[in-house]
Parts: sequence; C-alpha cells; structure tokens
Amino acid sequence: MGRALSCAAAIAIAGPLGAQGLPDPLTDVPGDPSRGHAIVLDQQKSLCVLCHAGPFAEVPFQGDLGPDLTGVGDRLSLPELRLRVVDSRSVNPDTIMPPFHSLDGLARVGARWQGTTILTAQEVEDVVAYLASLKGGSE
Amino acid sequence: MMLRAALLTGALATVATAEERRTGYEMMSPDLRAMQDDEMSNPGMLWVAEGAALWDTPEGEAGLSCADCHGGAEQSMAGVAARYPAWDEDSGAPVDLAGRIGLCRTRHQNAGAWDRESRPLLALAAFVSRQSKGVPITPDSDPRLDPWRDTGRVLFETRMGQLNLACANCHDDHAGGHLAAATIPEAHPTGYPQYRLQWEEMGGLHRRFGNCMAGVRAEPFASGSPEYIALELFLMSRAAGLEMEAPAVRP
Repeated sequence: MGRALSCAAAIAIAGPLGAQGLPDPLTDVPGDPSRGHAIVLDQQKSLCVLCHAGPFAEVPFQGDLGPDLTGVGDRLSLPELRLRVVDSRSVNPDTIMPPFHSLDGLARVGARWQGTTILTAQEVEDVVAYLASLKGGSE
Repeated sequence: MMLRAALLTGALATVATAEERRTGYEMMSPDLRAMQDDEMSNPGMLWVAEGAALWDTPEGEAGLSCADCHGGAEQSMAGVAARYPAWDEDSGAPVDLAGRIGLCRTRHQNAGAWDRESRPLLALAAFVSRQSKGVPITPDSDPRLDPWRDTGRVLFETRMGQLNLACANCHDDHAGGHLAAATIPEAHPTGYPQYRLQWEEMGGLHRRFGNCMAGVRAEPFASGSPEYIALELFLMSRAAGLEMEAPAVRP
C-alpha cells in the first residue's frame, strides 16, 4: 500500500514515463558493455560523441551539445537510461537527442535510412549496459 | 514572476540585433580568416578570375557576353548578390543568383543551361557576388517574396530525417556549441559561392543545404528547388544587415 502510494506520488511529480523508464529489456540477450562501448564511440553509427563528452580517452574532440556522460550510471537507473536511448522525447518533447529506437513522427527520412532505427534493439541493450557501467567521476 | 518573464522576453528580443549575430567568418580561426582575406591565398579568387573572363565572353547563338547587356560588372552588379533571391516576373517565382544566370543564358544568350554546381556557373556567380563584397545584405522588399520567406522559416524550423533535427535546433539554439570538433555556426549565408576546405572546391548554398540534410539523414531537396529558394530567402532576411564577404573560405 505504502509502495503504491509513493509510486503514484513519483508519477505526479515526474510525469507518466520519465520517472519509471523502461524496465523490460528489449531483447532476451543481456546487453554487453564492451560492445556498447564500441557503439558509443562509433561516430558513423551511434554518433553519441558528436554531442556528448564523457570518459572517452580515445576521442580527441567530444561534443558539448548534450550532458557529459561521465558518471551517468550513478545519475540514471538502467530503465531510465533505456528510455532515454530508445526515445528521449518521452522525457523531454523538445530534446535534440535523436530517437535511437523509434520511428514515431519522423519526416522526410533519407531513402537509405527509411524504416530503420538508428540502433537495433540489441545495440540499445549494449549501449545501455555500457552507460550503466559509467560510475564515479572522470579518470 | 510576470515582470521577470517580460524582462526575459525583452532580453531575448535584444539578442536578435545585428551586433549580436556572428558570421561564420567571425567564428573561424585567425588562420582561415587570413586565408580568406588575402586575395592571393583565397582559393575562391581563382573562380572569381575565371568568372571575370566569362563575363566578357560571347556565348550561345546570340553571341552575346554578359558585358554586352550589363556593361562593367563593377557598377551593374554592385550589391546585386546582397539582395537576391529576387522575383522573376516571367516565371512568377523567385530566383536565386545561379538561377538568374541560368535564365540569362537561355533567354538572352540562347545558350545551353549550365549545371548549378558546374565550374563556369560557380565562377560567374562568384564573380558577381564579389561585386557585393562589404555590402550589407538588403533583402528585396517585394511583398510577393513574403510567403516564400514564411515557407523558408517553416522549413528551417521543421524537424527532418532519421535524426529528427531542424536547422533551428543547431543553428538557432546551439550555435557556438561543438559537434565533435566543429563549431556550429549561425548559418548566415554571407559568402556564397564559398570555398570549403572539406569540399576542396567552390560550392553553392544549396549544396551546403544538401550536406546538412544528409547529416541528419533526411532526403535532400534538389538544388534550385522551390524549397531551397524559400530557405535561402528566409536565411537572407535573417542575415539582413550583415556584410557580404564572397568568396568566403570555410572549414
């Protein structure tokens, strides 16, 4: 009873989706943080580091349009990370973060990209597993 | 709270003054600015020189050169690029500078069309634009252009592509920010056609539009399309008062 009440309070404060995130994995195969690491650094595929800085010693020029990902695993839970990677518009309708695993509302998508999401479901799980592992300050 | 909001709105309105806007020139490195400023090192000046020669060359079945009708470009073309795109009576639509040069070829010189991104067209456009160096952008006040400018604004603010981004998301809201190593400019078209180091050649504004659209994984419009003309009209009105600097050099 107390648990249900606090849950309702959280919904009232943070909105219907933002607080919960997506608790269920998108695939049956657990996310692989090392594969996720490689995807995050891939500037052709995920594009993450074009906008985000983070603890990525391999990347000389990191963008500053999104929040620094250092310690993001401390700030957001796995379900919250998953929701933001899948479709950050669920948290902020005006976000500039592309929807990585949603086709909702897209317009004039290039022929080469039509009907495909930026990341596959498994790639989302890998990225989320990696982001969750980013704990503590920069080092 | 209301007062505070009103003050904030006033402050935001102030941001849109000419003094606050920054051109791509002002945002780039001193080395690149020096390259653009020195006529001997600005690669775009090669195209300008070619354009100067083309200006005096008879073309087409009419055997007319640009100079035969327009005289010296230093006088007749001064400030023209700073007010384009302009309304074309015959087609009942606006044309940009490349389009106008193309119409001169087909209507008056009886010559074949040049591709918009061909070397001779870029050279002639660069030569004509050069005659507006230092001239403040002064959009044509023809009211028939207004609906086109409105369409351009809508395009500028419409999210597109797999990355779901509008021009405004970067060039209004995050100008000065960094996309990896690149500083995001405010997108003022002050120096087209321009020499981009990334291209290793001159290119027009519509080619640049295509680059951005491909970047957000959208299907680009065609160069010279009504959509790009509308976007150009909007950007030129947004850049009104800024000085022309063609041929610009950009990273």
